[in-house]
Parts: sequence; structure tokens; C-alpha cells
Amino acid sequence: MVEEIGKTVEGDLVINVGPQHPATHGVLHLVITLNGETIKKVEPHLGYIHRSIEKMCESLSYRQFIYTTSRMDYLSAHINNHACALCVEKGLQIEVPERAQVIRVLMDELTRIASHELWWGAMAMDLGAFTPFFHAFRERETINDIMEETCGARLTMNYMVPGGVMADLHPNFQSRVKNFLQLYKRKIHEYDELVTGNIIFQNRMKGVGYLSPEDVISYGVTGPAGRGSGVSCDVRKLYPYEIYSKLQFDEVLETAGDSFARYMVRLREMQQSIRIVEQLIDNIPDGEYQAKTKAVLKLPKGEFYQRVETARGELGVYIVSEGGTTPYRIKFRSPGFSNLSALDHMTRGEKLGDLVASMGTLDLVIPDIDR
Amino acid sequence: MMTNEELKNALTELLPNAVFEEGGEWVNLFVEAADWKASAQKLRSWESGPFNFMFCLTCVDWKTHFTMVYHLRSTTTLDNIVVKVKLDRSNPEIATVSDIWRTAELLEREVYDLFGVQFLEHPDLRRLLLTDDWVGYPLRKDYEDPINMIKL
Repeated sequence: MVEEIGKTVEGDLVINVGPQHPATHGVLHLVITLNGETIKKVEPHLGYIHRSIEKMCESLSYRQFIYTTSRMDYLSAHINNHACALCVEKGLQIEVPERAQVIRVLMDELTRIASHELWWGAMAMDLGAFTPFFHAFRERETINDIMEETCGARLTMNYMVPGGVMADLHPNFQSRVKNFLQLYKRKIHEYDELVTGNIIFQNRMKGVGYLSPEDVISYGVTGPAGRGSGVSCDVRKLYPYEIYSKLQFDEVLETAGDSFARYMVRLREMQQSIRIVEQLIDNIPDGEYQAKTKAVLKLPKGEFYQRVETARGELGVYIVSEGGTTPYRIKFRSPGFSNLSALDHMTRGEKLGDLVASMGTLDLVIPDIDR
Repeated sequence: MMTNEELKNALTELLPNAVFEEGGEWVNLFVEAADWKASAQKLRSWESGPFNFMFCLTCVDWKTHFTMVYHLRSTTTLDNIVVKVKLDRSNPEIATVSDIWRTAELLEREVYDLFGVQFLEHPDLRRLLLTDDWVGYPLRKDYEDPINMIKL
């Protein structure tokens, strides 16, 4: 299966990066064929954290299966839950109360900021800067505290359920989010000063891991990685769900297609998420936070597909129902899986040292890829 | 964006042999396994709006047969379609489309790994998530595993 480390094939060197490697941020195993320092081929070996979530879902009810999805892309847990809830609601034609919709979007955008914060810190750490990680976590912890207060968990929130959200907002929610917005605005310039403007950082990112718009489309790359090449692929804009069509925000596009462009997309996307949170935080309507639903949900016979924009790209939930209480088949179209498929193409012919920059800007979360 | 009815009429001209399925959010069409590769090329290079973005590829085990499900969309017109291909369960074989949509290469490997569908002329058809010596295909409905609990 894998050539032994150090064994040469026609003068090539095959090395393994991972499955335990700090730059892969999880158990990703890359088998890299090198000619000197130049990458000839990157072959991902997956499955170290494969839990067969799709098979498990086949024996879980429509209320239960949502909890397994928090364990896929654990940095976008809210958004994963949101996609599943929307898909079930589509099948049952449940009308979600307005209050619940606003809460959901607020949570999604806070999640997106938290996820990009973590990515930013980890990205800088991959390239050798240790301090930014602590700066990023300073803001991210604030968001996690807000989540903890309302949802009871910091990472796997399981807050969104078919029909709305599981519980009402904590009384402190609004004031704490406003405090966060203030803190964030006071600190955001540090991101640019510490990292973005750094000439060493720019040299390591610019022109590295180029993806053309055609490649983005062919490899199914979505999210900030796709928008860094100028391909419009924000599901919130293209196929608006929930209340996104009523909100004012821009789809962030960069055209360079290199690692630095993808970096800039994420930084600017955080600002857009802040914009959305600001629009909503003082306008949370009163009313129910959950629609009345039956105790046992049964989706009608048929197929339902729902996609949402997670922090990493387009997540699709495909449910095939036979009319029972459990799905007949579920498929999760995870953004990380497709983004990873482009890694080989974008790093071929580049230096081994640049691999980490390319991989970092794809923002891979391994449990999302393996499922 | 076209309505489903308009899209259906336009696609009937493009793929005269396709059978349309009623219901669902998007246009659903069945093509024969033998026609799939040629149909895929036509869809990819369709002048009215090429279906250049494959956003989902999967398989469903219906116990009597497999159905391959390809979700496609066009980045120019934003239209979505679902193409389905029925496969013989005892000998599931279909042509690869990894040369048309590059993302299919890894997705087809996943389907091969979990369903045992053979993708003809796939450049690198090996198990992806499971180990190479794994016996059986876990997402098939008749798969039993006494050791690893995957059914609750």
C-alpha cells in the first residue's frame, strides 16, 4: 500500500506527513513523493477518525441523528446542526418561528467568527509564529463563553433542533455579545499588525498553492478556499436559507487564488459576520423559540437535500426517506473532503516547505473529512 | 435560473434517452449505466449552462439494486439537477467521471470503499477510509459487523 519511508522509486523520496503531525491539525496522513525538495505527488490517506456517522444515522431517529453531526466539523457544530434541522424541516414543512430563525443565524455567525479565529491562530502557528494563537484565543474564548451560557456546551452545542432551537437565549446573551463586539473591534487591528503586514509571512503565502477558478470548480472547492480564486460560491448568497436574503452583507471575493488570497478572504469574512451580528443583536423578535412539533418525526417518502455555508464551505445534507422514523440513507457532503481533493493539484511542483501554507489555508478539519 | 419545467424540456432535447422522475426539489433524471459517460460529457459541456460543478456524489442501496446519485449544478446559471443511474447489485459497475469532474476521483473512491461499486477506468481505485484488508462494504444494507458496533 504505502511505500516505505526513505525507499526511492526512480530516484524519488517518499515521506509520510502524519497521521500525527502538528501541521495536519488532526489525524490526516499525507504520503508525499519528493524529488529533492520539490513535491511530485501528495496522496491523502484518510479514515483514522472514521466513525461511519452515515451508517449510524440510519438507525437514529430524526431528532437523534443531529447530535452526531456536531462531531463532524466540530468548529462549525452549530452550522452542521442547522443544516440537518433545515433538511428535516423541509421534509416536514415545519414553519420555524422568527425568533428561532434570528437566534440560529446569530449563532451561525458567531460560530463562523470563532472558527476563523482558531484558523487564524493555527495558520500563523503553522508558519512559525506562536503569539498570534493566544491573541486569537482571547476573542474565541469570549464566544465560547457566550455559547456555554446559552447552549450548555462550548464545542458540541447540539442547540438547533427541528422546529427551532432547544432552549431560549440566556438573559445575559445580548449584553455579552455586545461586549464581545466591542472587544473584537478594539483588537482587530492587531491581527493585521501582527501577521498580515509581516513581510516574512507575506512572502511565505503569496504565490503559494495557486488554484485557478477552473480548478476550483472542477475539484468542487467551496468556502473561503474557493472565493480566494474569485469563484462566487457562498451558499448564503447563491441559495439563501433562513433569513440571509434579508440581511446586509457582502460575499468576500479575492482573485489572486494563492494562499494569501484565501487568508484575506477569511479575515474579511469575519468583518462581514460582525456586520450580520450587529444587524440582529438588537432586533431579536419576541415569540416562541421552537415550533410545535410531534414527538416522533416521520419524514414523507422522498429525497431531501439542504446545503448551508459552514466556516469551511458548502455542507450538504442528503436524506433519503422511506417514510419511517429513521432515515433510509443519509449522505453528508462535507466541504473539507472536496477541498482536500484539490491539495495534490495545488502543491505539485512546489517546495515541501510550502505545503503547510497551502494546507493551512484550506482550513481542513479532519473529523469533517472522515465522518 | 430556469424553472424545473423549462429545465426538463431543455434536458429532454439534450438527453433524449433520459427518464425523468417526478417529485423532489430539483429535476431528477435517470440514465442507463452504459450511457452515463456520454451523458456526463454532454451535461458538462452543455451550451445553455454547463453543469460544471459536482457538489455531491453518492450511492443508495435499495436491496434489489444500487442507485448512483450525482448532484450537479451550473456555476453560470445556478441550475441544479440530480442524475441517477441504476446499477446491478450483484455486479455494480459504472464508468468513472473523475476525468470530467476532478472532485469525483476521491468521491468515487469513497463509494467504492463503502458500497463496493466498481468505477471502470478510475485512475486509482483503492479503499479510502477503511484499511486495505477490510472485508465487506459497510454502507450496504446487508452488511453485518459483530465487532464494530455501527447499528444501534
